[in-house]
Amino acid sequence: MPGMIRRIVAASAVVCVFAGVVADVFAQSTADEIAKYRDALQDGNPAELWEARGEEMWKTPRGPKHVAFASCDLGQGAGVVKGAYAQLPRYFADAGRVMDLETRLVWCMVNQQGYTHADATKTVFGNGSAKRSDLEALAAYVTSRSQGVKMNVPLDEPHVHDMYALGEKMFYYRGGTHDFACATCHGDDGKRIRLQDLPNLTKVEGAQKAYTTWPAYRVSQGELRTFQWRLNDCFRQQRFPELVFGSDASIALTAYLAGRANGAEYRGPAIKR
Amino acid sequence: MADPMKIRANVVGDSTEVKVLMSHEMETGQRKDAQGKVIPAWFIQNVRVVHNDKVVLAAQWGPSVAKNPFLSFKFKGGAKGDKIRITWVDNHNDTRTDEATIA
Ligand code: HEC
Repeated sequence: MPGMIRRIVAASAVVCVFAGVVADVFAQSTADEIAKYRDALQDGNPAELWEARGEEMWKTPRGPKHVAFASCDLGQGAGVVKGAYAQLPRYFADAGRVMDLETRLVWCMVNQQGYTHADATKTVFGNGSAKRSDLEALAAYVTSRSQGVKMNVPLDEPHVHDMYALGEKMFYYRGGTHDFACATCHGDDGKRIRLQDLPNLTKVEGAQKAYTTWPAYRVSQGELRTFQWRLNDCFRQQRFPELVFGSDASIALTAYLAGRANGAEYRGPAIKR
Repeated sequence: MADPMKIRANVVGDSTEVKVLMSHEMETGQRKDAQGKVIPAWFIQNVRVVHNDKVVLAAQWGPSVAKNPFLSFKFKGGAKGDKIRITWVDNHNDTRTDEATIA
Protein backbone atom coordinates (compact mmCIF):
# COMPACT_ATOMS: atom_id res chain seq x y z
CA MET A 1 0.00 0.00 0.00
CA PRO A 2 2.67 2.60 0.87
CA GLY A 3 4.47 1.53 -2.29
CA MET A 4 1.33 2.18 -4.29
CA ILE A 5 0.98 5.70 -2.90
CA ARG A 6 4.58 6.40 -3.62
CA ARG A 7 4.07 5.32 -7.22
CA ILE A 8 1.04 7.58 -7.62
CA VAL A 9 2.89 10.51 -6.10
CA ALA A 10 5.86 9.87 -8.36
CA ALA A 11 3.61 9.62 -11.41
CA SER A 12 1.78 12.85 -10.68
CA ALA A 13 5.06 14.64 -10.04
CA VAL A 14 6.17 13.66 -13.53
CA VAL A 15 2.93 14.96 -14.98
CA CYS A 16 3.31 18.27 -13.17
CA VAL A 17 6.87 18.80 -14.33
CA PHE A 18 5.81 18.00 -17.86
CA ALA A 19 2.88 20.42 -17.78
CA GLY A 20 5.21 23.08 -16.41
CA VAL A 21 7.63 22.61 -19.26
CA VAL A 22 4.85 22.77 -21.85
CA ALA A 23 3.46 25.98 -20.33
CA ASP A 24 6.93 27.56 -20.34
CA VAL A 25 7.62 26.59 -23.93
CA PHE A 26 4.21 27.89 -24.93
CA ALA A 27 4.72 31.20 -23.11
CA GLN A 28 8.18 31.56 -24.59
CA SER A 29 7.19 30.88 -28.19
CA THR A 30 4.11 33.13 -27.87
CA ALA A 31 6.27 35.97 -26.60
CA ASP A 32 8.74 35.32 -29.43
CA GLU A 33 5.99 35.37 -32.01
CA ILE A 34 4.56 38.62 -30.62
CA ALA A 35 8.07 40.12 -30.73
CA LYS A 36 8.37 39.06 -34.39
CA TYR A 37 4.99 40.57 -35.10
CA ARG A 38 6.08 43.88 -33.58
CA ASP A 39 9.34 43.85 -35.60
CA ALA A 40 7.45 43.21 -38.81
CA LEU A 41 5.20 46.18 -38.15
CA GLN A 42 7.84 48.57 -36.81
CA ASP A 43 8.89 49.49 -40.33
CA GLY A 44 5.52 50.92 -41.31
CA ASN A 45 4.37 52.27 -37.99
CA PRO A 46 1.23 54.38 -38.59
CA ALA A 47 2.31 56.50 -35.59
CA GLU A 48 4.12 58.50 -38.28
CA LEU A 49 0.76 59.70 -39.57
CA TRP A 50 0.06 61.18 -36.13
CA GLU A 51 3.56 62.65 -35.96
CA ALA A 52 3.04 64.41 -39.29
CA ARG A 53 -0.32 65.81 -38.21
CA GLY A 54 1.12 66.91 -34.87
CA GLU A 55 4.09 68.65 -36.50
CA GLU A 56 1.75 70.61 -38.74
CA MET A 57 -0.32 71.58 -35.70
CA TRP A 58 2.75 72.53 -33.69
CA LYS A 59 3.89 74.96 -36.39
CA THR A 60 0.52 76.54 -37.22
CA PRO A 61 -1.00 79.42 -35.24
CA ARG A 62 -4.08 78.10 -33.42
CA GLY A 63 -6.85 78.94 -31.01
CA PRO A 64 -8.73 82.15 -30.27
CA LYS A 65 -5.43 84.02 -29.84
CA HIS A 66 -3.94 82.62 -33.03
CA VAL A 67 -0.67 81.62 -31.39
CA ALA A 68 1.63 78.78 -32.44
CA PHE A 69 3.38 76.37 -30.08
CA ALA A 70 6.61 78.27 -30.82
CA SER A 71 5.93 80.07 -27.53
CA CYS A 72 5.26 76.86 -25.60
CA ASP A 73 8.08 75.90 -23.23
CA LEU A 74 8.29 72.15 -22.65
CA GLY A 75 11.21 72.66 -20.29
CA GLN A 76 14.01 73.25 -22.80
CA GLY A 77 13.04 76.79 -23.81
CA ALA A 78 10.16 78.25 -25.80
CA GLY A 79 9.29 76.11 -28.81
CA VAL A 80 12.14 73.61 -28.26
CA VAL A 81 10.93 70.09 -28.98
CA LYS A 82 14.13 68.14 -29.44
CA GLY A 83 14.86 66.00 -26.40
CA ALA A 84 12.10 67.63 -24.35
CA TYR A 85 10.10 64.46 -23.69
CA ALA A 86 13.10 62.64 -22.22
CA GLN A 87 13.14 65.21 -19.38
CA LEU A 88 9.46 65.12 -18.53
CA PRO A 89 7.65 65.22 -16.15
CA ARG A 90 9.30 68.29 -14.66
CA TYR A 91 8.39 71.27 -12.50
CA PHE A 92 7.13 74.38 -14.29
CA ALA A 93 7.39 77.53 -12.19
CA ASP A 94 4.95 79.46 -14.42
CA ALA A 95 2.26 76.86 -13.67
CA GLY A 96 3.45 76.07 -10.13
CA ARG A 97 3.09 72.35 -10.86
CA VAL A 98 4.88 69.25 -11.96
CA MET A 99 3.58 68.42 -15.43
CA ASP A 100 3.83 65.60 -17.91
CA LEU A 101 3.83 66.27 -21.65
CA GLU A 102 0.07 66.12 -22.20
CA THR A 103 -0.69 68.35 -19.22
CA ARG A 104 1.88 70.87 -20.42
CA LEU A 105 0.41 70.91 -23.92
CA VAL A 106 -3.03 71.65 -22.44
CA TRP A 107 -1.48 74.41 -20.32
CA CYS A 108 0.00 76.05 -23.43
CA MET A 109 -3.29 75.72 -25.30
CA VAL A 110 -5.17 77.41 -22.45
CA ASN A 111 -2.64 80.03 -21.33
CA GLN A 112 -1.09 80.95 -24.67
CA GLN A 113 -3.54 80.00 -27.40
CA GLY A 114 -6.66 81.09 -25.53
CA TYR A 115 -8.64 77.85 -25.48
CA THR A 116 -10.88 77.12 -22.54
CA HIS A 117 -9.74 74.12 -20.51
CA ALA A 118 -12.91 72.30 -21.58
CA ASP A 119 -12.12 72.88 -25.27
CA ALA A 120 -8.47 71.93 -24.89
CA THR A 121 -9.43 68.63 -23.25
CA LYS A 122 -12.58 67.83 -25.23
CA THR A 123 -10.99 64.92 -27.08
CA VAL A 124 -8.03 63.63 -25.13
CA PHE A 125 -8.38 60.12 -26.59
CA GLY A 126 -9.42 59.91 -30.24
CA ASN A 127 -11.74 57.44 -31.88
CA GLY A 128 -11.56 57.16 -35.66
CA SER A 129 -11.64 59.96 -38.20
CA ALA A 130 -14.86 61.42 -36.77
CA LYS A 131 -13.34 62.05 -33.34
CA ARG A 132 -9.69 62.88 -33.68
CA SER A 133 -7.50 63.99 -30.82
CA ASP A 134 -5.17 66.94 -31.31
CA LEU A 135 -3.35 65.99 -28.13
CA GLU A 136 -2.49 62.51 -29.38
CA ALA A 137 -1.09 63.96 -32.61
CA LEU A 138 0.90 66.64 -30.76
CA ALA A 139 2.23 64.05 -28.30
CA ALA A 140 3.29 61.80 -31.19
CA TYR A 141 5.22 64.67 -32.79
CA VAL A 142 6.92 65.87 -29.61
CA THR A 143 7.91 62.40 -28.40
CA SER A 144 9.29 61.42 -31.82
CA ARG A 145 11.83 64.21 -31.40
CA SER A 146 13.31 62.46 -28.37
CA GLN A 147 14.12 59.24 -30.20
CA GLY A 148 17.54 58.03 -29.18
CA VAL A 149 17.76 60.50 -26.28
CA LYS A 150 18.45 59.04 -22.83
CA MET A 151 15.65 59.45 -20.29
CA ASN A 152 16.69 62.06 -17.77
CA VAL A 153 13.79 63.07 -15.53
CA PRO A 154 15.10 65.67 -13.05
CA LEU A 155 14.47 63.62 -9.89
CA ASP A 156 16.72 65.88 -7.79
CA GLU A 157 14.27 68.73 -8.20
CA PRO A 158 12.21 68.71 -4.96
CA HIS A 159 8.73 68.96 -6.54
CA VAL A 160 9.51 66.17 -9.01
CA HIS A 161 11.01 64.13 -6.21
CA ASP A 162 7.77 64.46 -4.20
CA MET A 163 5.69 63.43 -7.19
CA TYR A 164 7.93 60.43 -7.77
CA ALA A 165 7.51 59.37 -4.15
CA LEU A 166 3.73 59.75 -4.40
CA GLY A 167 3.70 57.71 -7.61
CA GLU A 168 5.68 54.95 -5.95
CA LYS A 169 3.18 54.85 -3.10
CA MET A 170 0.26 54.69 -5.53
CA PHE A 171 1.91 51.91 -7.48
CA TYR A 172 1.78 49.64 -4.42
CA TYR A 173 -1.54 50.92 -3.05
CA ARG A 174 -4.21 48.20 -3.08
CA GLY A 175 -7.86 49.08 -3.35
CA GLY A 176 -11.06 48.84 -5.34
CA THR A 177 -13.47 45.95 -5.75
CA HIS A 178 -10.66 43.49 -6.51
CA ASP A 179 -8.12 44.82 -4.01
CA PHE A 180 -5.63 45.32 -6.85
CA ALA A 181 -2.54 47.49 -6.92
CA CYS A 182 -0.53 48.23 -10.05
CA ALA A 183 1.98 45.86 -8.49
CA THR A 184 -0.58 43.02 -8.46
CA CYS A 185 -0.35 42.79 -12.24
CA HIS A 186 3.06 44.37 -12.77
CA GLY A 187 5.13 43.14 -9.81
CA ASP A 188 6.27 39.68 -10.96
CA ASP A 189 8.19 38.25 -13.86
CA GLY A 190 6.48 36.09 -16.44
CA LYS A 191 2.84 37.10 -15.88
CA ARG A 192 0.50 37.21 -18.84
CA ILE A 193 -2.96 38.47 -19.73
CA ARG A 194 -4.48 37.61 -23.13
CA LEU A 195 -1.17 36.21 -24.38
CA GLN A 196 0.46 39.54 -23.60
CA ASP A 197 3.48 39.55 -21.32
CA LEU A 198 2.93 41.88 -18.40
CA PRO A 199 6.09 43.86 -17.76
CA ASN A 200 7.50 43.69 -14.25
CA LEU A 201 7.49 47.43 -13.61
CA THR A 202 9.08 47.04 -10.17
CA LYS A 203 12.36 46.25 -11.92
CA VAL A 204 14.31 49.05 -13.56
CA GLU A 205 14.67 47.16 -16.85
CA GLY A 206 10.93 46.46 -16.93
CA ALA A 207 10.04 50.09 -16.31
CA GLN A 208 12.60 51.21 -18.90
CA LYS A 209 11.31 48.88 -21.58
CA ALA A 210 7.70 49.89 -20.97
CA TYR A 211 8.07 53.63 -20.48
CA THR A 212 10.39 54.27 -23.41
CA THR A 213 7.92 52.73 -25.89
CA TRP A 214 4.94 54.99 -25.17
CA PRO A 215 3.12 56.69 -26.87
CA ALA A 216 2.36 53.73 -29.12
CA TYR A 217 0.19 52.88 -32.09
CA ARG A 218 -2.25 50.20 -30.94
CA VAL A 219 -2.94 47.98 -33.91
CA SER A 220 -6.04 46.52 -32.24
CA GLN A 221 -7.52 50.03 -31.97
CA GLY A 222 -5.99 51.67 -35.03
CA GLU A 223 -5.12 54.60 -32.79
CA LEU A 224 -2.05 56.25 -31.38
CA ARG A 225 -2.21 56.20 -27.58
CA THR A 226 -0.34 58.32 -25.07
CA PHE A 227 0.95 57.45 -21.62
CA GLN A 228 -2.08 59.20 -20.10
CA TRP A 229 -4.23 56.73 -22.03
CA ARG A 230 -2.12 53.78 -20.85
CA LEU A 231 -2.65 54.79 -17.22
CA ASN A 232 -6.34 55.48 -17.77
CA ASP A 233 -6.82 52.01 -19.22
CA CYS A 234 -4.88 50.33 -16.40
CA PHE A 235 -7.08 52.13 -13.86
CA ARG A 236 -10.03 50.55 -15.65
CA GLN A 237 -8.37 47.13 -15.52
CA GLN A 238 -7.67 47.74 -11.87
CA ARG A 239 -11.38 48.57 -11.27
CA PHE A 240 -10.37 51.95 -9.90
CA PRO A 241 -12.43 55.12 -10.46
CA GLU A 242 -11.68 56.80 -13.79
CA LEU A 243 -8.33 58.53 -13.77
CA VAL A 244 -8.80 62.25 -14.42
CA PHE A 245 -6.73 63.44 -17.38
CA GLY A 246 -3.79 65.54 -16.23
CA SER A 247 -4.57 64.98 -12.54
CA ASP A 248 -1.79 64.93 -9.95
CA ALA A 249 -2.46 61.19 -9.56
CA SER A 250 -1.73 60.62 -13.26
CA ILE A 251 1.36 62.82 -13.16
CA ALA A 252 2.68 61.13 -10.00
CA LEU A 253 2.48 57.67 -11.60
CA THR A 254 4.06 59.02 -14.77
CA ALA A 255 6.87 60.67 -12.78
CA TYR A 256 7.49 57.39 -10.96
CA LEU A 257 7.69 55.23 -14.08
CA ALA A 258 9.53 57.86 -16.17
CA GLY A 259 12.01 58.38 -13.34
CA ARG A 260 12.58 54.64 -13.05
CA ALA A 261 13.32 54.63 -16.79
CA ASN A 262 16.14 57.19 -16.39
CA GLY A 263 19.28 56.21 -18.27
CA ALA A 264 17.46 54.24 -20.97
CA GLU A 265 17.17 55.48 -24.54
CA TYR A 266 13.73 56.71 -25.52
CA ARG A 267 12.40 54.67 -28.46
CA GLY A 268 8.83 55.79 -29.07
CA PRO A 269 6.35 56.22 -30.51
CA ALA A 270 6.34 52.44 -30.81
CA ILE A 271 3.82 49.98 -32.16
CA LYS A 272 1.91 47.53 -29.98
CA ARG A 273 -0.75 44.97 -30.46
CA MET B 1 -10.13 65.89 -46.66
CA ALA B 2 -7.89 62.93 -46.04
CA ASP B 3 -4.51 63.36 -44.38
CA PRO B 4 -1.34 63.31 -46.49
CA MET B 5 0.38 60.00 -47.10
CA LYS B 6 3.79 59.40 -45.63
CA ILE B 7 6.06 58.26 -48.44
CA ARG B 8 9.65 57.08 -48.42
CA ALA B 9 11.40 56.09 -51.63
CA ASN B 10 15.03 54.98 -51.74
CA VAL B 11 17.30 53.61 -54.41
CA VAL B 12 18.42 50.09 -53.49
CA GLY B 13 20.79 48.61 -56.07
CA ASP B 14 19.09 48.76 -59.47
CA SER B 15 15.64 49.26 -57.95
CA THR B 16 13.65 51.76 -55.96
CA GLU B 17 12.11 50.70 -52.68
CA VAL B 18 8.90 52.53 -51.84
CA LYS B 19 7.21 52.57 -48.44
CA VAL B 20 3.87 54.29 -48.01
CA LEU B 21 1.60 54.88 -45.04
CA MET B 22 -1.95 55.96 -45.84
CA SER B 23 -4.39 57.46 -43.40
CA HIS B 24 -7.72 55.71 -43.88
CA GLU B 25 -10.41 54.10 -41.73
CA MET B 26 -10.73 51.02 -44.00
CA GLU B 27 -14.14 50.04 -42.63
CA THR B 28 -15.06 46.53 -43.68
CA GLY B 29 -18.84 46.97 -43.64
CA GLN B 30 -19.01 44.03 -41.21
CA ARG B 31 -18.78 45.92 -37.95
CA LYS B 32 -21.62 47.31 -35.87
CA ASP B 33 -21.64 50.42 -33.72
CA ALA B 34 -22.73 50.60 -30.07
CA GLN B 35 -26.38 50.89 -31.18
CA GLY B 36 -26.10 47.72 -33.25
CA LYS B 37 -26.21 49.55 -36.56
CA VAL B 38 -23.92 48.31 -39.30
CA ILE B 39 -21.04 50.71 -39.95
CA PRO B 40 -21.02 51.16 -43.75
CA ALA B 41 -18.08 49.89 -45.74
CA TRP B 42 -15.50 52.57 -46.47
CA PHE B 43 -12.18 51.54 -47.91
CA ILE B 44 -9.52 52.33 -50.50
CA GLN B 45 -10.28 50.55 -53.75
CA ASN B 46 -7.59 51.64 -56.17
CA VAL B 47 -3.96 52.52 -55.69
CA ARG B 48 -1.72 53.81 -58.45
CA VAL B 49 1.95 54.67 -58.33
CA VAL B 50 3.51 56.62 -61.16
CA HIS B 51 7.21 57.16 -61.83
CA ASN B 52 8.15 59.46 -64.73
CA ASP B 53 4.65 59.17 -66.26
CA LYS B 54 4.87 55.39 -66.14
CA VAL B 55 2.61 53.36 -63.89
CA VAL B 56 4.84 51.13 -61.76
CA LEU B 57 2.10 49.76 -59.53
CA ALA B 58 -1.65 49.49 -59.90
CA ALA B 59 -3.60 47.69 -57.20
CA GLN B 60 -7.22 46.92 -56.39
CA TRP B 61 -7.90 46.65 -52.70
CA GLY B 62 -10.82 45.27 -50.77
CA PRO B 63 -12.17 45.68 -47.25
CA SER B 64 -9.72 43.21 -45.70
CA VAL B 65 -6.81 45.65 -45.79
CA ALA B 66 -5.99 47.06 -42.34
CA LYS B 67 -6.81 50.55 -41.09
CA ASN B 68 -4.05 53.07 -41.88
CA PRO B 69 -2.49 50.74 -44.44
CA PHE B 70 1.22 50.32 -44.98
CA LEU B 71 2.37 49.43 -48.50
CA SER B 72 5.92 48.46 -49.34
CA PHE B 73 7.16 47.46 -52.81
CA LYS B 74 10.10 47.71 -55.21
CA PHE B 75 10.26 48.59 -58.86
CA LYS B 76 13.15 48.33 -61.33
CA GLY B 77 14.83 51.62 -62.11
CA GLY B 78 14.35 55.03 -60.59
CA ALA B 79 17.13 57.47 -59.74
CA LYS B 80 17.83 59.84 -56.88
CA GLY B 81 15.87 63.04 -57.40
CA ASP B 82 13.15 61.41 -59.52
CA LYS B 83 9.56 62.00 -58.46
CA ILE B 84 6.99 59.36 -57.76
CA ARG B 85 3.30 60.12 -57.46
CA ILE B 86 0.86 57.97 -55.51
CA THR B 87 -2.92 58.15 -55.76
CA TRP B 88 -5.62 56.27 -53.90
CA VAL B 89 -9.36 56.32 -54.56
CA ASP B 90 -11.84 54.90 -52.04
CA ASN B 91 -15.37 53.56 -52.47
CA HIS B 92 -16.79 57.02 -51.64
CA ASN B 93 -14.79 58.32 -54.59
CA ASP B 94 -12.70 60.26 -52.15
CA THR B 95 -9.16 60.52 -53.40
CA ARG B 96 -5.75 61.72 -52.41
CA THR B 97 -2.52 62.17 -54.36
CA ASP B 98 0.90 62.77 -52.86
CA GLU B 99 4.36 63.10 -54.33
CA ALA B 100 7.78 62.17 -53.07
CA THR B 101 11.35 62.47 -54.27
CA ILE B 102 13.47 59.36 -54.52
CA ALA B 103 16.46 59.53 -52.17
C1 HEC C 1 -5.61 43.85 -13.77
C2 HEC C 1 -4.26 43.90 -14.15
C3 HEC C 1 -3.59 45.27 -14.29
C4 HEC C 1 -3.46 46.24 -13.32
C5 HEC C 1 -3.99 46.22 -11.91
C6 HEC C 1 -2.66 47.28 -13.91
N1 HEC C 1 -2.33 46.96 -15.19
FE1 HEC C 1 -1.00 47.96 -16.36
N2 HEC C 1 -1.30 46.61 -17.84
C7 HEC C 1 -2.13 45.53 -17.78
C8 HEC C 1 -2.17 44.88 -19.08
C9 HEC C 1 -3.01 43.67 -19.45
C10 HEC C 1 -1.29 45.59 -19.91
C11 HEC C 1 -0.90 45.29 -21.34
C12 HEC C 1 -2.01 45.53 -22.25
C13 HEC C 1 -1.68 45.20 -23.66
O1 HEC C 1 -0.53 45.32 -24.07
O2 HEC C 1 -2.60 44.85 -24.35
C14 HEC C 1 -0.75 46.66 -19.09
C15 HEC C 1 0.18 47.58 -19.54
C16 HEC C 1 0.78 48.56 -18.78
C17 HEC C 1 1.85 49.41 -19.19
C18 HEC C 1 2.52 49.37 -20.56
C19 HEC C 1 3.49 48.25 -20.64
C20 HEC C 1 4.17 48.12 -21.99
O3 HEC C 1 5.20 47.46 -22.03
O4 HEC C 1 3.66 48.65 -22.96
C21 HEC C 1 2.12 50.26 -18.16
C22 HEC C 1 3.19 51.32 -18.12
C23 HEC C 1 1.20 49.94 -17.10
N3 HEC C 1 0.41 48.90 -17.50
C24 HEC C 1 1.13 50.61 -15.89
C25 HEC C 1 0.20 50.32 -14.89
C26 HEC C 1 0.03 51.12 -13.72
C27 HEC C 1 0.83 52.36 -13.38
C28 HEC C 1 -0.95 50.53 -12.99
C29 HEC C 1 -1.58 51.01 -11.70
C30 HEC C 1 -2.30 52.25 -11.80
C31 HEC C 1 -1.38 49.34 -13.71
N4 HEC C 1 -0.67 49.28 -14.87
C32 HEC C 1 -2.32 48.44 -13.24
C33 HEC C 1 -2.82 45.09 -16.67
C34 HEC C 1 -2.89 45.75 -15.47
